[in-house]
Amino acid sequence: MRDEELLTRVRSRYADALLARGEVTVTVGREELVEALTWLRDEPDLAFRFLSDLSCTDWPGRDPRIWMAYHLFSLDHGHRVRVKTGLSEGDLTVPSVTPAFPAAVWHEREVFDFFGVEFRDHPDLRRILMPEGWEGHPLRKDHPLGGVATAYHGATIPPPDEREA
Amino acid sequence: MGLNRESLEQRAAEEQVQRGVLTTTLAKAVNWARKQSLWPATFGLACCAIEMMAAGAGHYDLSRWGMEIFRASPRQADLMIVAGRVSQKMAPVLRQIYDQMPEPKWVISMGVCASTGGMFNNYGLVQGVDTIVPVDIYVPGCPPRPEMLMYGILRLDEKISKRDTFK
Repeated sequence: MRDEELLTRVRSRYADALLARGEVTVTVGREELVEALTWLRDEPDLAFRFLSDLSCTDWPGRDPRIWMAYHLFSLDHGHRVRVKTGLSEGDLTVPSVTPAFPAAVWHEREVFDFFGVEFRDHPDLRRILMPEGWEGHPLRKDHPLGGVATAYHGATIPPPDEREA
Repeated sequence: MGLNRESLEQRAAEEQVQRGVLTTTLAKAVNWARKQSLWPATFGLACCAIEMMAAGAGHYDLSRWGMEIFRASPRQADLMIVAGRVSQKMAPVLRQIYDQMPEPKWVISMGVCASTGGMFNNYGLVQGVDTIVPVDIYVPGCPPRPEMLMYGILRLDEKISKRDTFK
């Protein structure tokens, strides 16, 4: 399906879908998320059966602050769509899409690890890249860029510029 | 004839030298043996490992100093060359490998990332491997050429040969 056709088709259900730079984006509320992804997956002429990526962005000072983005690809038709949902700072929970797309398990763990988004009904929600006892979520914009101490077996060594010579 | 105990000992020693026998102190002999067969643990972490492998291969030939045998088991190794950046998650693994190596053991921190964190001043990497294990020699460079690594190893050899083993 071409971009405009895809936009029209998606707009038949989600009227505020956008076409920007040749990419179709659907913005949904978080409670509609799983339903929207399942619909996009199961319609035969859309057939977005491949979750190619799931990511997150942080916009401090805005509401919603955290935006989730789900990138779907149709292997049958060769077209793509993006589904976005915004999360406000006080309540960073979102339903897990693992029932619809099992591939999301590790992606959601990564977002949980780096942004601290809680995924409801996720089968195995724990950190994936950072060490288990790590504090904070390093890809949030308010996380310090550098100067991180070495935390190891209960001991802490300060960052290089704070060490004694 | 002036034949006394000292000249007899002198003559006996000269006979031994002619047979190819040398005398030295035990500490020097032990240090010599240790420095001539440093077996490194395989611990390549990033691009420095490529240079370390190049140093071990035929062109640079670390076996000239008896240390081409990179051991896969830390229990058979007495030198750890930390070749590359150490991530926070790798730190416990690195320390465990260090702890599994038998005494005496030495550590070379190869490259700026292992020594200080290098350009990666961020949440992911340990800012200097010396925050986790004691380091004997720091080899600078990004990555250091095999010559630099070999120079570091030879400086470590000097350090070992000056070690007071039995104190």
